[in-house]
Amino acid sequence: MTVEMIRQWLGGGLVVVGGGFMLIGAIGLLRMPDVFTRLHAASVADTLGAGSILVGLMLIAGPTLVAVKLIFLALFFGLMSPVATHALARAALHAGVKPQLAEDGAIAAATAEEARPSTR
Amino acid sequence: MMLAAGMLAVLAATALLVARAAVGPTVFDRLVAANTLGNAAILILAIYGFLTDRPEFLDIGLVYAMLNIIGTFAVLKFLRFGALGHAGEEEP
Repeated sequence: MTVEMIRQWLGGGLVVVGGGFMLIGAIGLLRMPDVFTRLHAASVADTLGAGSILVGLMLIAGPTLVAVKLIFLALFFGLMSPVATHALARAALHAGVKPQLAEDGAIAAATAEEARPSTR
Repeated sequence: MMLAAGMLAVLAATALLVARAAVGPTVFDRLVAANTLGNAAILILAIYGFLTDRPEFLDIGLVYAMLNIIGTFAVLKFLRFGALGHAGEEEP
């Protein structure tokens, strides 16, 4: 068991784990009830899934130029995906989408849709 | 082998994201799905490069990441102001 083999296995394992997180985020995006909870699910896929896959690919690539490009990509993901999530949440709030609260039950989502038919 | 498994997982996630982008009641649901879809496309590009032993696709992935974020912000700005050339205004 050389260092090379350990690196390859660790990298492959991290890529599989990242794929699992992407899948979890996508399932959450499909099943969550309103925009803000969906944003929460999407940020799981954007930060944890992408970060884990990119670190795994870095391990497989080794100390090469490809790893530097992967580091740039990971930095970009880590900086820009929270910014995009923040901008989306603020824009949705500005446009009058109401967050669904526990007291309102399922009625809140329906009325929020009724109030803004133009955003469909 | 493990790379292929990760790639399959990301592809399945892509299918679910496309479903949300097609269904999603408000435009913001579609935008969230589209943003995550762009990120999934970059990851598919990166893993495919390693699968075929040609990781040169990563340059395209970098450019696509920047275009993805700019596209999201452009659509958000268009929704808010109705025009992309709007200079913006101070928050109240």
